[in-house]
Amino acid sequence: MPVYSINVNGKSRQVDVDADTPLLWVLRDTLDLVGTKFGCGIAQCGACTVHLNGNAVRSCSLPVSTIGDNEITTIEGLSENGDHPVQSAWREHDVPQCGYCQAGQMMNAAAFLSRNSNPSDEDIENAMHGNICRCATYNKIKAAVKTAATNM
Amino acid sequence: MTVIKTKINRRSFLKTSALAGGGIVIGFNWGCTPADMARPEASAWYEVNAFLTIADNGEVTIMSPNPEIGQNIKTSMPMIVAEELDVNWEDVIVKQAPLNTESFTRQVAGGSQSIRSSWTILRTAGATARKLLINTAAKEWQVDPSGITTENGVVKYGKMTMTYGELAAKAVMEEIPEEVELKDPKDFKIIGQAKKNVDLDGIITGEPLFGLDFKREGMVYAAAMRPPAFGTKLKSFDDSDARAVNGVSDVVQFGNKIAVIANSTWAAMKGKNALKAEWERDGKLENTTDHDRQLLRMLDTPEKEPRRNDGNVRRAFANADKVIERVYEAPFLPHNTMEPMNFFADVTDTKAELIGPIQTPQWTQGRVAQLLGREAADVTIDMTRMGGGFGRRLYGDFALEVAEISDKIRKPVKLVFSREDDMTAGTYRPASKYKFRAAIKNGKIDGYHLTGSGVNSGNVTRQNWFPAGGIENYKVETHNLRSNITTGAWRAPITNFLAIAEQSFFDEVAAEIGMDAVQLRLDILERAKNNPVGEIDYEPEKMIGVIKLAAEKAGWGNAPSGISHGFSCYYSHNTYVAEVAHVTNASGGPKVARVTCAVDCGIVINPDAAINQVQGGVVDGVGHAMYGDFSFVNGTPQASNFDKYRLIRAKEAPEVDVHFVESLNDPTGLGEPSLPPAGGAVANAIAKATGNRLYKIPFIKEEIVFG
Ligand code: FES
Ligand code: FES
Repeated sequence: MPVYSINVNGKSRQVDVDADTPLLWVLRDTLDLVGTKFGCGIAQCGACTVHLNGNAVRSCSLPVSTIGDNEITTIEGLSENGDHPVQSAWREHDVPQCGYCQAGQMMNAAAFLSRNSNPSDEDIENAMHGNICRCATYNKIKAAVKTAATNM
Repeated sequence: MTVIKTKINRRSFLKTSALAGGGIVIGFNWGCTPADMARPEASAWYEVNAFLTIADNGEVTIMSPNPEIGQNIKTSMPMIVAEELDVNWEDVIVKQAPLNTESFTRQVAGGSQSIRSSWTILRTAGATARKLLINTAAKEWQVDPSGITTENGVVKYGKMTMTYGELAAKAVMEEIPEEVELKDPKDFKIIGQAKKNVDLDGIITGEPLFGLDFKREGMVYAAAMRPPAFGTKLKSFDDSDARAVNGVSDVVQFGNKIAVIANSTWAAMKGKNALKAEWERDGKLENTTDHDRQLLRMLDTPEKEPRRNDGNVRRAFANADKVIERVYEAPFLPHNTMEPMNFFADVTDTKAELIGPIQTPQWTQGRVAQLLGREAADVTIDMTRMGGGFGRRLYGDFALEVAEISDKIRKPVKLVFSREDDMTAGTYRPASKYKFRAAIKNGKIDGYHLTGSGVNSGNVTRQNWFPAGGIENYKVETHNLRSNITTGAWRAPITNFLAIAEQSFFDEVAAEIGMDAVQLRLDILERAKNNPVGEIDYEPEKMIGVIKLAAEKAGWGNAPSGISHGFSCYYSHNTYVAEVAHVTNASGGPKVARVTCAVDCGIVINPDAAINQVQGGVVDGVGHAMYGDFSFVNGTPQASNFDKYRLIRAKEAPEVDVHFVESLNDPTGLGEPSLPPAGGAVANAIAKATGNRLYKIPFIKEEIVFG
């Protein structure tokens, strides 16, 4: 198997996996970073969202061989102490129910807010539309993104 | 104040024991409920059990006995114990209790009953520990225990104080008190205050909490291929390509299924996709179109023994000024928990250890033991946090599968379902249909006749609920269509569609007889309350309460221009809910902008979490009414992932404003009851906005363009 060198949460990591292995499973199975979740495997739900050079991407549909030296950030690396404004807002609003989708929701929100720090309600709905929450915590998610925007 | 006996017969209700390193453990044996306890109901299925530990530093560990599926039980159950124990919530550490059939009995998440069935038990648990600490202090100080008070983990008598932590070691020696007093709900300090989810930080920072996150040294991964259609079985398979996949170590057949074993999830899934299997028929290959025809035919067939038959329905219809008849239809639904099914097992010669997300650990333990031919005592099941349940994780099929695989390969193994596996090997919400008929006489409903039919659904009616008791001539019939498609409980079983159909029908009846939709329901409820026809299994008074609250909060009758209101109410899981949907009808078509929701669930334990549950239930109800669509052709599910199966998303989710009826009654269910009324409220608002009635789920397929 080829060995890939990828940059995850500021560290260079060597992973010995097949070229077609999605980043999601490299993170979860090889690197033990299980905060990034598996929901659909076909880029439809957003549970696996991570940052690639600060952009939100679906790690389930990103083969490890395509990553090169782009910088990956996962929920574990979003902040050192769990206090990124998005995480703080999620805490303030006590957003999760089952919690399974929330890492993806937060990663998506963080990337979105880094580009649009003063979003309208409609901007927020549009930006968060790709992330399914089966528990339907959408009311709280929208409120938390709004709070995070004011604190960014 | 309520006095509760803590002991009954020969079985001790509470046991104390010393822990290595100090502290006391109080084990609650929930199996023996004191006979004179006012509640809970002796319903075996929902009984629970728990632990509480007080450390000598004053820290209190409360075990949350029930599985956590997002209903926030892991926070609210310990809150109840802490309330009666009288400690600072900040000093409480919450842990998920393991399945332990010795000292615990039933640990189940289902039917929105976790809190309802354990309310008094949890309170008694906290109160007994508090009394034990008081008695211990009384001995220390040589004073009368009745003069001792407690506050936030401290015992007081005059100027003397001792902390629970200081007393813990001595308390172990004390006799368990025989009677304890429960607080007056008016004095609650923790219950009724918003407390954050105890797993919040872990969720927010991506800690390994879920079943899918669990790992064990030396663990391998499995992906399984199951029959592609209901009514087929495995004929033969060729695994040479699967075995050639890098990382695949083994391929094993188990029953009608094939498992690919590998060193990563990805390799296992790739290997599974490389299997070439042939399947043959071993039953009927069923089609949704055939079910539809059969279910409709059943709606015109009398049941041998109707579920209920009050008055003279035949005469009411014969004498009616007008008969209104409508048919409502709903498809199967998969659960689609966000975390696909998965489970870990390590089966050796001497034991079977299982770990994962499960709503029914004890039941599953027994079934695994039976499957493997082991003693139940040699099978352990530990619960992880669950990425959603909605009923799917009641069934444990995935745990049995992984146990069988591990037994065959004798390795620790994690079975992971892909989304496709999860959606196509489901225990679906049964497809069902209803025919409602109303006999109108002098502008009133004089006769009511409901016939329901469903696929593997059992009774698809709730014959003793609304409008039972409120209509003189009343008949309810139900039919079950047998099928080889597996069905099961899906959030608010049966009522998740029955409510939509029933509440849509009443709206249409009100329109037909020119009556206000809310008033029509209130009139029926007044009759049911004051002079009920036959027996009823709901409290009309409480339903009237939520109807009035929802109407008031939504501004019923005064919808602003551009907004159409739709009303709906439903009773389920001992909770009363009324909802008003606010629908806009701009250029793009109707859109559900807001839902006002009034709830009577007794005492609200954790208000923020309760609001979250209610909002989620409403949005879930709106989403599945709008988009839920799942059918079969030749036994094969027609959707297998989210590209073909639509779930509600951020832009489509209405705002939900939640209003609780103030109550000092014991708490009732909350995980499900806000879901059933939602679809009806939406259908009724859309009818008002567009003039089009909706009779079939998903609404999106009806001839309306939605915004
Ligand atoms: S798992 Fe990647 S988008 Fe669903
Ligand atoms: S919180 Fe359960 S899926 Fe979002």
